[in-house]
Parts: sequence; C-alpha cells; structure tokens
Amino acid sequence: MPVLIPRSLDVAVEMASSHPDAHILAGGTDLMVEVNFNHRKPETVLALRHVDELRGWTIDAATRTVHIGSAVPFSEMEHGALSEALPALAEAARTVGSPQIRAAGTIGGNLGTCSPAGDSLPVLAAMEATVHLRSTSGERAMPFAEFMTGPKRNARRGDEIITGVSMPIADGWQGYAKVGVRNAMVISVASACLALQSTGPRLALGSVGPVIIRCHDAEALVADRPGAVDAALAAEFGRLAAAASSPIDDHRSTAAYRRHAVSVLAGRLLQRGTARP
Amino acid sequence: MSRSTIDTVRTDDRSGTSREVLGANALRPDGAAKVKGEFAFSSDMWAQNMLWGGTLRSPHPRARIVSIDVSAAWRIAGVETVVTADDVPGQLTYGLISEDQPVFARGEVRYMGEPIAAVAADHPETCRRALAAIAVEWEVLPALVDPETAIAGGFDPIHPDGNVIRHQRIIRGDTSATGAIVVEGTYELGMQDQAFLGTEAALAVPDHDGGGVEVYIATQWLHEDRKQMAKCLALPEDKVRLVLGGVGGAFGAREDISLQVHTALLALRTGRPVKMQYGREESFFGHVHRHPATIWMRHHATDSGEIVKIEARFVFDGGAYASTSSAVLINGVTHAQGPYRCDNAVVDGWAVRTNNPPCGAMRGFGVVQACFAHEGQMDKIAAAAGLDPVEVRLRNAMRTGDRLITGQVVESVAPVERCIRETAALPMPSPLPDRPDALLMPGGSGLTADRHHIRRGVGWGVSIKNIMYSEGFDDFSTARCVLADGVVTLKFATSEVGQGFVTLAPQIARSVLGVDDVVLDTIDTGVGSAGSTSASRQTWMSGGAVDGACRLVRERLFEHVGRAHGVDPLRLVIEDTDVVDSMGSLRVPVGEASAGLRIDETFEHHHRPTEELDENGQGNCHVAFAFVAHRAVVDVDPELGLVKVVQVATAQDVGRALNPLSVVGQIEGGIAQGLGLAVMEEIIVDNGRVRNPSFTDYLLPTALDAPEVIATLVEEHEPQAPLGAKGVGEPPCISVTPAIVAAIRDAIGRDLARVPVRPQDICF
Repeated sequence: MPVLIPRSLDVAVEMASSHPDAHILAGGTDLMVEVNFNHRKPETVLALRHVDELRGWTIDAATRTVHIGSAVPFSEMEHGALSEALPALAEAARTVGSPQIRAAGTIGGNLGTCSPAGDSLPVLAAMEATVHLRSTSGERAMPFAEFMTGPKRNARRGDEIITGVSMPIADGWQGYAKVGVRNAMVISVASACLALQSTGPRLALGSVGPVIIRCHDAEALVADRPGAVDAALAAEFGRLAAAASSPIDDHRSTAAYRRHAVSVLAGRLLQRGTARP
Repeated sequence: MSRSTIDTVRTDDRSGTSREVLGANALRPDGAAKVKGEFAFSSDMWAQNMLWGGTLRSPHPRARIVSIDVSAAWRIAGVETVVTADDVPGQLTYGLISEDQPVFARGEVRYMGEPIAAVAADHPETCRRALAAIAVEWEVLPALVDPETAIAGGFDPIHPDGNVIRHQRIIRGDTSATGAIVVEGTYELGMQDQAFLGTEAALAVPDHDGGGVEVYIATQWLHEDRKQMAKCLALPEDKVRLVLGGVGGAFGAREDISLQVHTALLALRTGRPVKMQYGREESFFGHVHRHPATIWMRHHATDSGEIVKIEARFVFDGGAYASTSSAVLINGVTHAQGPYRCDNAVVDGWAVRTNNPPCGAMRGFGVVQACFAHEGQMDKIAAAAGLDPVEVRLRNAMRTGDRLITGQVVESVAPVERCIRETAALPMPSPLPDRPDALLMPGGSGLTADRHHIRRGVGWGVSIKNIMYSEGFDDFSTARCVLADGVVTLKFATSEVGQGFVTLAPQIARSVLGVDDVVLDTIDTGVGSAGSTSASRQTWMSGGAVDGACRLVRERLFEHVGRAHGVDPLRLVIEDTDVVDSMGSLRVPVGEASAGLRIDETFEHHHRPTEELDENGQGNCHVAFAFVAHRAVVDVDPELGLVKVVQVATAQDVGRALNPLSVVGQIEGGIAQGLGLAVMEEIIVDNGRVRNPSFTDYLLPTALDAPEVIATLVEEHEPQAPLGAKGVGEPPCISVTPAIVAAIRDAIGRDLARVPVRPQDICF
C-alpha cells in the first residue's frame, strides 16, 4: 500500500489530483480505527502531517477572522490565543478523546470524516465557518452548512485537499456542551454550541441528526431579547432546539433521550451565556 | 490532567522490618517492567519460523451450517493449513463443568461469534484473507434469546443438553412465615464484560516428533486448560505442556478455554510454532461474560425491620453453552439473604441456555447479581420501617455461628457489624463547592451542568462472598520449595493474572524460612495443579501450599541444625534471617545453616471438604466467607441523568493483610469495576447480536469517573485460613454497585431497578 507523504501543499494537491481515491490521513484517529476494524482497506494513503502550510493558524485582528489550518490538532485549540478567540471551540476540543487523541486528531480530520458526532462541528456550524479546499484547478470556499451533506458525507471532491476553516472571532459569549455516558473520552450522544454573536444568537446541535443542525426557530426566539433569561424562556429555547433535531435510536442512546438532552443543553447554554456575574 | 484522586488510608507497613516479609507493603517484582512497557504479555511472544492463526466465526446467533468450503482458502499463497470440526482429533467438545461446547461448530452455530474454522498462515493479513475466502452456506434459524421462554419450555432444545442448564431451589424454615413489612422488587443486571486489557493470546510450539505440544498461554488455570486440551487433541496430558504467558488481567474471562485448542491444533498440523492473538473486537466474542440476570425478591420483616423470610426467583441467562453457569447459579441463590440473618426462605433459581453470548465466570460470580437485589430490598425495608440504611443493616447483620438459608453454619470470622460501623466512621467528602471544577461534576469534560443542577446522594451496600470452590470440589493447590545455600526457589502453577501472588509467595518464604533471596521458577505444568486463580482463593490455597512447603523445608533445616549443634530441633525457631535456639544461645544465619544443603519439599494444600446441595438447597456447600461494606456518595444531574461518583468508603474483612498495598490495589480496582457495572458497562445484545464490541462503545470508567476511595482493612484473623488471611479479590466489586445505585436513588428520590443505570433511566 503506497503512502504518499507530501512536504508542501502544492505537492499534496498534485498528489490528490493524481490519486483522487487516496484516503487522506490527517491524524488518523478515525481512519486507523476503520482500518483496524477492517471496515476500510485503503489502497493509497495521502498523509498530510508534513505539510507545514496546513499546520498553522492565524487570528487576523483587522478582519476579526480566525483561520485554522486543517492539520492543526485539537490540543492547540484547548489553550492560548485560539481558545480566547473561540472559547466554544476550546471547550469542544477538550471533549475530544484523551490527551493523546487530541494531540493527533485535527480539525481537518473532523471535517473530512464529517460524522454528526464530530466534536468540533457544532462550533463550526454555529460560527458559520467557511471551509477552504484546494485542488490543481484552484481554491474553493463554502459555508460549513453546505460542506456537510450527510452523515460522513461532504462536498469535498477526491482531488481536493481541505486546507482549513475560517470564522469570525467570538464577539459575544459562546459555549459548548456535550453529553456522553462517561465523564471523559466518550463519543457524543448529544452536543450543542451556542454563540451569542453581535449579529445574533446561533445555536447548532451535534449527534441528533444526519448533519449538524442549526436551530433558526430557537435563535429567532431570543434574537431581540438581550439580558438575563428566565427559566421559562430557556425551556422554550430548549423545546425549539429539540423540535429542530431528528435523532435516532442506536446502541449509544435513544432518540427520545437525545431529543431531551439537546433541549436541556440548549436551555442551559442560553442561561449560562446570559447570566450576569 | 488527572484531577481525580484515589486516596486511601491505612496502607501502613506492619512488618516492622525493611524486609519484604508477610505484612509488608512488598512491591511487585513485575511492577516496574509493566509501568515501563517492558513486561512481555502473551501477545508479545514470538518464535522462529512462526505462523499466525486466525479464527472464522459465526455471523449468526443461530444457524444451520449447510456446507463449508475451505478450498479457496487453501489456494491462497502463505496459507499453511485450514481446520474445521472434521480435523479435531479427539473429543469434539469441551467445557469446565459440562463438556457441551464444540471446539469448532459442527452442523449448527448457537451464538454470534462461535468458531467454525481456523487457519494458519505466514501473516495475520494472509489469515484474514483466508478466513474471508472460506465459503459457508447458512440456513438461518430462529434464535432463542428470552430466558423465560427457555424456562417455560416454549422452544425446542437448541442443544442436545436442553435449554435449562440448571434449576435449584432453596427451602428453609417456616415457608408460611410472614412479617408486618413486606417489600418486593424485580432487579435486572445487564451483561458486563471482564474487559481485561491484554486480549487472548497463545503461542503453541510443536514437539519435533509431532507427538506433543508446548503452549505459552495467558490463563487462570494451567492444569484445567491442559486437561481439556489433551482430550480434544487426543494426546496424553504429559504431551501437552503449558507455560504461563504474561497475563494482562483475567477477572474470570480466562477460566474457560478460548484459543487454546485451536492454536495447538494448528501447530500440530503444520509442525511449526503458531501464534494466535485476538483483537479487541474478537475478544468480546472470544470469552464468556458476566451473566445478565433478572431477580425477583420479596422480603418479609418485622415492623422494626428484622428479616423474617426471603422469597426470591433468580434467572441467569447462560447463553449458548454451559460454561460455569451451574456454579454461578448456586452462588446466586445461596447468597440471596446477603450478610443478614434469615431463618426462612423460599428461593428458586434457573440458569438457562439461549442463543445469546455464553456467560460464565466474572469477579463476584453470581453474588454480584444477588447483592444488587438484596441490597435494593434492604433499603426498601429501611424505608418501610422508618430506619436509615445503616441501622437496618446493623439490625440484621450476620455473625459467626449464624445459619445460612442452606443450613450451613457460618464458621468464618463474620465481622459484618464492624465492617458497617467502620465504613460509617470514615469521613464524608466535602460538599460540592459553590464554584466546582467542572471536570469533577457529572458530565465532566462535556460541561453539561452548572452547580445548581447537581444533587448529592448517599447509598449503602454490604455483601457476603463465598471464597474457594464449592459443592464438593477439591480445588487443592501444590507448591514446591527448594532451599539451597540460603536461597529459596519456589515452584508452583499458580496463574499470576495481576492479583499479586508473585509478590506474596516470596513474602511467605521470607517469613517462614528467614531467607532474603527467593527465586520464582517458571509457572507451568511442571508441578502439580494450583487450581484456578479465581474465587478469591489463591492467597488461601496457593498461599497455604507455599507456606506448607516452606514449613516442611524448615523442619528439615532444623533437623540438620539440631544435629550439627546438638540441639533438639523442636527448640529452633527462625528470627529475622537466623535460626535461633529459643531456649539457648545458638544463633546461626539461615545462609550459613543451609550452606551445602539442598532441601526440596512439595506440599499440597486442601481446604476442608464441602457438600453438594440437596433438592431443597440444604448442605454445607461453601468453604468460607468474606464480608465488606461500601458507602457511596454521588453527584447526579437529574435532568440529564448523568452521574459522578464522588467517593466510595469501604471497610473490608480481610482476615489478615499480608500485603496491605496489594489489598488496597484490589479494593480500588474492584470498586472501579463495580462502578462500571453501576453506571456504564454493558454488552448490548439485540436479538442475539452484540452491538458494541469495542472500547469505543463498551465504556469503562476513566480516571475522571473513578471516585476517591477511602478504605479500612478489618483484620480479624481467620482461623481456618493457613495464613489467617481471606481472599480479597472479589468482595470489593460486589456491594459497591448497589451502594452507588442506592446513592443515585437517594439523590433523585426515585426507584432504579436495573444496572447499568442509563441516563434515560434517571431523567425519564
């Protein structure tokens, strides 16, 4: 099995162009599980670890934009300037696996896999992030909501490399919460990200539908209501979030519990975000 | 970021010497190697010219094998042999109690994952391709998955031995007795996995003449494996030699054989060494699990909360093959009363066969199931009588001399009351602070809760556990001790599965013989059986055997010293590292006294005989008992149904702590395992199919889930035990589960009758 190890983005893109069926390795915390379970037998692997252009991130104060390279691992989002620019992304990153997994797993990997349980994805949905792709024919950029097309399906073409994701710096409170049946190192049963941006509140849910779900009705409910939120409003916010979800029963949980959980998480995040210290 | 702490009091060394004798916190000889990743587990074994083995397994819970065509597998380059049931030279079936499980399925498969064929090839990947090339034509049959259907006889036998593995009732005292208080409940337990970290692995090396095989294997009982393997391989037992490979945990899952016969058969067929090793997914199908159970109980008690009568019905789902189900059933029904006095009982128990995964031994062995039920009942009696959970347990606490519902008198030291009182005296955790560390709240790193969402609860569990094998079984142990020039060499076949016998055995030799240097010989079948490393029995049984062998050597040493110095050997004793005349001035270092000598003694330790139960469940079926109390404190997020176990306090009846550090290790590990059953660990079986055979979805507690543990060792020397010490391996994991569930009930004010407790059980 050939493993292609490009050392620049240009070479990586050329390799993707000539090997559109290659499995892209960007941390391996999903891919290697599938290989070990014999669910996938890659013919060719394209490993992005040595593509330095993908391993950096920038915070542009002028445009108030954060750009995160696709090979940036979750451990880099947990602390420091990135975590200050995007607190919800830091909270999401801290829920990813163990410290070892966070050191290996990347945001590009989360995007490439596009599991509804991908921990960072509700943050990208809430922040209306833009996904950047590149191929030999040029660059493409699209909103995350268009990029994720289904469970483990996305708009990336085989000849494209996900180069990164960009989104605005948080200019209001934001938070993330995730339910699993263990206090760490667990796949999400339900998750939610609430970002109270100056342009309006944004709520996105993970693990409760085929894609990450934006809750426009819930957002509209609180759009023009600055200040503290009472229990009744939080409950209604949660109810609208649950109404937007379309969870399933599986061996990890039940649809009924997931629906309930996102309603609770949404309500709590709203109260957390609007609480006056 | 390890915020969770495991704090324990009382690990003080009581040996009064820096020597690693009995009572000292002796360190494991393999500890540093394990921490550094240098310890060779059985999966690390390798031999020159070695082949790899792989197993083809049933994708169906129940199906008829119409045909198997292995020809395509044979044609793959690198494949050296392919075997099916037709190639088994000896007995086609095996089993610990009844030999009802096929080495390879023939004609029919009875559970998902049942072995059908095996291959040996030059590489694991070649094995995988060969297994995929085997064509099996199936006729899928309806699966029996409901234990009650098996009991009711509503399903044609799925096995020639029938659908009921064993039925046992217990009738005692006045069966019409009633009490002012009557409480009842139906309790359910899901299927727990032992989840040892070192998966099944073996290396089989055939003899040059093809007439025998040597097998390096991670197991709990070398001699029993050998007996079963020899029968299936049609070899005399002395042609099957077993050597213990490095064992990465066991917890009961290595009591039944798994890949032993397959690996040896492949090696004998190819004339080359063969290694087999299960991955994690295969491991879930490759060993038996803890029995799921449904237990109905009705307790009658006086208005002051004293138990008058117990009625109970136990149903254990044994899965497709018998394994140890019949013994698990007996343990369950004979422990129905818990550590409480009870004169009258009507108990009915069933272990049944279904097309679910086979179940057998796991730490606690039937008593875990009984305890979850009887402790739920004790809290119901307490509520009805207006007592607190501690008081109702103290009022009923069993004492030495009380009779069990089997009629057996509890002759063991039975400090039940003391365990409860000492547990109650341990400090409670501080209240959740106003601004708690989010990681330490329910939901942990998921940041699901704020302080005001959390409610705290406290719960209790107390248990009784039989130790050693029961029902007339003579599970003796053998040890050989050689003293030469001041150095002791010990030989035994006691499986070291992590419990620490390799630490304890040298401690015994140092105490008995006054030596410092103790060499442990290879653990293999080159000496008599040690019995199984299970049933909390090796400290008692193999400890007794090592102690006995060392004492025989000491007698001979004293005879020699007595002759040399003209002193009556009866006056000689060991003091530290010297032979000393207790009535005179002679003092000779053991090294000097044994110079030029070679004393070689072997000793078998047998426990006292036990009896089978009669048709009414009466009889002295158990050897001895150990007791423990647990108090759990939990924080619960009732709205999301998430739990954080904050603290577990425990006082355990250990007889005598021969290595307090090692005892505490058992306590902490057992509590983590019991916590797993309480709130997360379950093999989810849907119509005979396992849905979560991975550590992604079979959840084990992490450091963030583990509670603070505070332990007190209750030491009242057990007169029956050779070293005064009771086994300590199983009790820690038994009553902690009901204690945690009781604490959750206390926090949410609702009943919970099933473990593991799932979020939806709490919030809906």
